Amino acid sequence: MGSFQSLPDDHQYRTLSQKTGFSLEQIAILHNRFKQLSQNEETLRRDDLKTIQDLESNPIRSQIIEAFFDRRNFQKDGVGSVEEIGFEEFLTVMSYFRAPAHHITEEQREEMRRAKLRFLFNMHDTDNDGTITLEEYRHVVEELLSRSGALGRETAKGIADAAMLEVASISVGPMAPDEFYEGITFEHFLKILKGIEIETTMHIHFLNMDTSVLCK
Amino acid sequence: MCVICIASLGYGANVDVPFKPTPASQSKLSPWSPMEETDPAPDPGETTQAVFTLNYSRIQIPFEITLWVLLASFAKIGFHVYHRITVWVPESCLLISIGLIVGGIMHSLHEKPPAVLTSNAFFLYMLPAIVLDSGYFMPTRPFFENFGTVLWFAVVGTLWNSIGIGISLFAVCQIEAFGVQDITLQENLLFASIISAVEPVAVLTVFEDISVHEQLYIVVFGECLFNDAVTVVLYNLFNHVAVMEVVEAGEVFLDIGRFFVVGLGGTLFGVLLGFVAAFTTRFTGKVREIEPLIIFLYSYLAYLIAELLAISSIMAIVICALTMKYYVEENVSQHSCTTIRHVIKMVGSVSETLIFFFLGVVTITTEHEWNWGYVLFTLLFALLWRGLGILVLTQIINPFRTIPFNFKDQFGLAYGTIVVIIFTVFIQGITIRPLLKLMNVRKTNRNLETINVEIHKRLMEHTVAGIEDLCGQWSHYYWKDKFLKFNNRIIRKILIRDNCPESSIVALYKKLELQNAMEILDQMSADISAAPSLISLHEERKNASKSRKKFLSSDVTNMHELLSKNMYKIRQRTVSYTNKHTLPNDMTAREILMRCHTSLRRSLRAGSFHGTNAAKMSQKFFSLPMGRSLSSGFPPGRLRHAGDGDTESETDYLSIRHPQRVSSKAVMPPRPSNTLKEVASSVNMVDEQNEEQRGYRRSNVSRSGHLTSHLPHGSSRNYSDEDCEGEEQQSRSSPHVWVQEPQNNSDVQHPLMRRPHWLPQKPHDK
Repeated sequence: MGSFQSLPDDHQYRTLSQKTGFSLEQIAILHNRFKQLSQNEETLRRDDLKTIQDLESNPIRSQIIEAFFDRRNFQKDGVGSVEEIGFEEFLTVMSYFRAPAHHITEEQREEMRRAKLRFLFNMHDTDNDGTITLEEYRHVVEELLSRSGALGRETAKGIADAAMLEVASISVGPMAPDEFYEGITFEHFLKILKGIEIETTMHIHFLNMDTSVLCK
Repeated sequence: MCVICIASLGYGANVDVPFKPTPASQSKLSPWSPMEETDPAPDPGETTQAVFTLNYSRIQIPFEITLWVLLASFAKIGFHVYHRITVWVPESCLLISIGLIVGGIMHSLHEKPPAVLTSNAFFLYMLPAIVLDSGYFMPTRPFFENFGTVLWFAVVGTLWNSIGIGISLFAVCQIEAFGVQDITLQENLLFASIISAVEPVAVLTVFEDISVHEQLYIVVFGECLFNDAVTVVLYNLFNHVAVMEVVEAGEVFLDIGRFFVVGLGGTLFGVLLGFVAAFTTRFTGKVREIEPLIIFLYSYLAYLIAELLAISSIMAIVICALTMKYYVEENVSQHSCTTIRHVIKMVGSVSETLIFFFLGVVTITTEHEWNWGYVLFTLLFALLWRGLGILVLTQIINPFRTIPFNFKDQFGLAYGTIVVIIFTVFIQGITIRPLLKLMNVRKTNRNLETINVEIHKRLMEHTVAGIEDLCGQWSHYYWKDKFLKFNNRIIRKILIRDNCPESSIVALYKKLELQNAMEILDQMSADISAAPSLISLHEERKNASKSRKKFLSSDVTNMHELLSKNMYKIRQRTVSYTNKHTLPNDMTAREILMRCHTSLRRSLRAGSFHGTNAAKMSQKFFSLPMGRSLSSGFPPGRLRHAGDGDTESETDYLSIRHPQRVSSKAVMPPRPSNTLKEVASSVNMVDEQNEEQRGYRRSNVSRSGHLTSHLPHGSSRNYSDEDCEGEEQQSRSSPHVWVQEPQNNSDVQHPLMRRPHWLPQKPHDK
């Protein structure tokens, strides 16, 4: 957990830039945003994120916020979650949403894909046991559908169940009558989402100009 | 466009536009149609009534039209009989060649082509049909996602092409060998601007025949759309310039401004009329028959008004169709929906066939002064410039696109141009397939739509939107999100009757469930011995509690089978929806249901609700083999409660919409049905009671059962063994008639059940 000087420090920016891949201007802008959200403090807390108005209507708001405080997203083998984060962690999480650069090798692309999918996986797998169990999946689907009005929990459950079965059939294939399907592991997760071009769907155009004055 | 290009062909050869309305009266038909008598009276000089008269002149025009259309249709049928031909040669080529043959025949007999193909007829009748067809079935989401690219290619590309071609042709003309020095620069530019218009009909036909990647398709189609606007403006611009002695800058700017007027005007009109149409359909609940008519009328109106105001009519009609489709498909009945789609496809198909056919005919029969050199060079330059243009433009725009076009795509784009229609349709059409194969142009990824993928797509969209909000950046999701919110809050309320919020995940899920049901029906009719006994079901339930949160693999196997069969069906669907020549085929599933449904109705009527019958069918239905718990059976109305009217379940049933594309379907509003609701709710109750006792795999199915509270109520009970058990349980306590029946496993032979798939079978143990 590093804390930061309030003044943009070029040297620190540069290390961050190397680590996360953002450009210096983008880092400066995001830093401004960070300060705006944290009310000029050094660290960001969950409550600060909850105050964002636009986020209110997002069905998976809590998962998104949680993702920022999840240690697994900070470094490879982190466990558990933290209460507050500094700018470095904020930036690290943001870097999952960077667009792929134009000329990257196949390996890098694959790497990026895995990283993004890992992020999503972590969003589902709240108890951090390496598998997405049915309950966890159900929870996600319920949240997703919670804004669709007239549908009940039953619907969401049905959908989650069907989805799990799909995963089972696709990744494990025909199983012997005695086997059970424990849950979706990361490898299975990768398999089922092979169809989505995730490096292009899950990204944000981080702008080089400061639009934070224009948004709430 | 077609006509303009032909006109240009003539132009390039110093001939006038060939489409003067030929004097039609008394013109004889070509030799293959034998009816030519115009003289009714068999006895000249007699004034008595003839017994047998022929009055040809009266019916001449409609008759000729009908015959031509019929001929073209026969040709089309013929092609499809020989599959191998269509693999190599796109249909449009074949049609043109047949037209050429017929034209040749006519020419040799010194006949004139029929009056139908006037420029007026083309623009007013045939073109809107084709464009409506393409526009209505265009996938909206990719279109808007690629909007920037499309616009870029259209505008800048056309400009580039026309200027390039014009100048090079002019340079060529200066070479004395070709003897065409009298064509000035401006005239060349004029010609070039026409040529560089990309002809949508042929391009799309060819593309669809070879199922190119959707992105490519969208870009080309969109480009064709905008080309219309651009070309019109350019044509006028160059026209003025050709006439005027001195080019004035002001005029040029005026024309550029005109482009925006044309394009935006077309769009605005389309949107406006689309909304009005959607609004109208909100009130047509009682007059279902005119719903398709409304759609057609509004679209055509959009086209005509745009023509009136000299703005881009093609854009108007396409945008109108796009806007309208989304809202209208939620308001109209299922019948109307099908009718609309069918009719649009039909009319579009007919028009397209006719156009290609006539192209062939007219080419031969009109007089041309072929200047081979000029024509060939045109072709050459068009290809060259277009290719260059594509390359350059793509380089510039690729950084802005998220899925960049690689070289192969560019090739596809460039090659897909139709420059001089006949030549390119033939040559390019024939060679495009092997060439593309050679170059492995990206084909459409016709992947299975899985629930997981859908869920995760939504998830990602929300996530990204959320993160964007978080970091205060605006991006395309921001706008999309905002638009969707606006849409849900305001527009839908106004335009849609019985508004219910929708979710694409649920829609997809339901679609898959329905297909599951179809599967079961198919399997059941084939595999009659699949029914276990009641006892085994009972045992199963007892054993169910031991497997709480895990999946039994037998379920998985079955689900796997089901899914794999469904995969085939789903894949079929996505293919057929973009295929120009077929309708989206969701009829098969519904037909099965219909058949079963009518048989049930008949049986019920005949037996005037004999409880056993219903029970037998219900039992048959519920009695899925062990482990098949996940399969959802779905005969609607089959398990109707005593005394329910046939009509109600029928309307319920018929109003199931099979979502053609996931994003556009809404959850069906629950139809009120008193008695059924009762039963459904009791099922719910029972399920909740038994929830703890049930194994996991059961719960999956029960949930799906409850999902169908939105679907016709008759079906909700069919969904699972669990429900069946619930019913059984309840049957001991409640007076619901049909539920009790499963216990009477009598062998009453109802006459209708002697049909193969309704035979009551001996229950088996599994």
